[in-house]
Amino acid sequence: MGSALVFADVNFAEGAGVQILKSLIIFAVVLQIVPIILMADRKVMGRMQSRYGPNRVGPYGSMQPIADVLKLLSKEQFTPRSAVPWMMALAPMISITAAVATIAIIPFGDRGMWGGDVGLYGIDVSIGILYAFAFGALSFYGPLLGGWSSGSKYSFLGSMRAAAQLISFEVAMGLSLLGVIMSAGTLSLVGIVDQQAGMWFVVPQIVGFIVFVVAGFAETNRVPFDLPEAESELVQGYLTEYGGMRFGTYFMAEYVNIITISALVTTLFLGGWHGPGPDALGPLWVILKMFAVLFLFVWVRATMPRLRYDQLMSLGWKVLLPLATLNALVTAILVVVT
Amino acid sequence: MLKSYLPALVFVGLGTALAVAFVSLNSVLGPNKAQGNLSRAKGDPYECGLPSEVKGNFRFGISFYLIAMLFILFDIEVIFLYPVAVQLEAFGAFALVETIVFVALLFVAFAFVWRRGALDWK
Repeated sequence: MGSALVFADVNFAEGAGVQILKSLIIFAVVLQIVPIILMADRKVMGRMQSRYGPNRVGPYGSMQPIADVLKLLSKEQFTPRSAVPWMMALAPMISITAAVATIAIIPFGDRGMWGGDVGLYGIDVSIGILYAFAFGALSFYGPLLGGWSSGSKYSFLGSMRAAAQLISFEVAMGLSLLGVIMSAGTLSLVGIVDQQAGMWFVVPQIVGFIVFVVAGFAETNRVPFDLPEAESELVQGYLTEYGGMRFGTYFMAEYVNIITISALVTTLFLGGWHGPGPDALGPLWVILKMFAVLFLFVWVRATMPRLRYDQLMSLGWKVLLPLATLNALVTAILVVVT
Repeated sequence: MLKSYLPALVFVGLGTALAVAFVSLNSVLGPNKAQGNLSRAKGDPYECGLPSEVKGNFRFGISFYLIAMLFILFDIEVIFLYPVAVQLEAFGAFALVETIVFVALLFVAFAFVWRRGALDWK
């Protein structure tokens, strides 16, 4: 303590070269999921609404994300006169940096699962969940600063909504994980997955699971909770004055966040790499479960209408918060008694 | 010690590189029009075609402020409960009673806030 910096323990770390290499590989793999999700999102939703979805660019429209990015890249960089230009540039940077930094803690497999003494995760820090929450909280500044610095009414209203919504559901999200932490007795994500070898936490922690998933939808501004960018009221919310690749940056950060949330659901509730077959299949199970959760995201998007803002707030504070707290108390009693 | 944090630093670095590239690419690749002499109509923030009345000092509902205050209260609750949750099995009944008392006290405050209508969005 005192003047020295205090770091949380890292449970296991390889040599510097291996660490950099595996980080780059995980980064590349997760970034490959982004266009897949982007595509699946539109394609699956199209099918659910009895239409084709994008099908012109490439086979089955599979090149659509690339076409979108090329289009966004060829747009003019525009800043309205009423904006604060440097802050408007900084805001999407905060969003994407925080989103990418969170990828580091996703555990795709255990130590030595694919041979060698290499853990198939970025970092297994002993405060795992708090690391995710820390960068998640940091990414709130993206919509907030972006909307405020745009100097537009719609942007400002959108950013205020985003801020209030994100912090409201962060409380419920944090409380919903207490049950898992009590059962596992650790905050490390690798440790939590290890604890689920017998039974996935989704079974005893079904209430926590539901609260976490609902809060996860709200944290990523997905459809039943996409009030910060409600097109029918706020044009495009905090994104109104953004165009070109800066808009694309927000968009990408949102999809990376969705991937992170689905990975957290997989890790905390769905047993991570546990599944039938040999150990080496672990990372495949993680990806498969992630895609199942991502499908749920798309499914809900095609099914649910948008909530009203007062409904959203009462859901967060009057339903999810008491429910998550009760779940934590019941789990605490069960953990101590048994 | 910092060496074992290398993956986290690599990810933050990659994120920053991506961010810088994405945010500045449009000024390089996009059509290069002088930002200095925007026409009046183009430089206005979007407002459904009406002349903009934005002055820069926005006002917003008190409800947002209230939510922020409540957030601080309950987020600190969460942060206090996390260490207890990790060590719950080790400390057993003592930690359980402490947790229940702590949560009960907070729920008195929660019920008060609810009764006073602070959770109703106005």
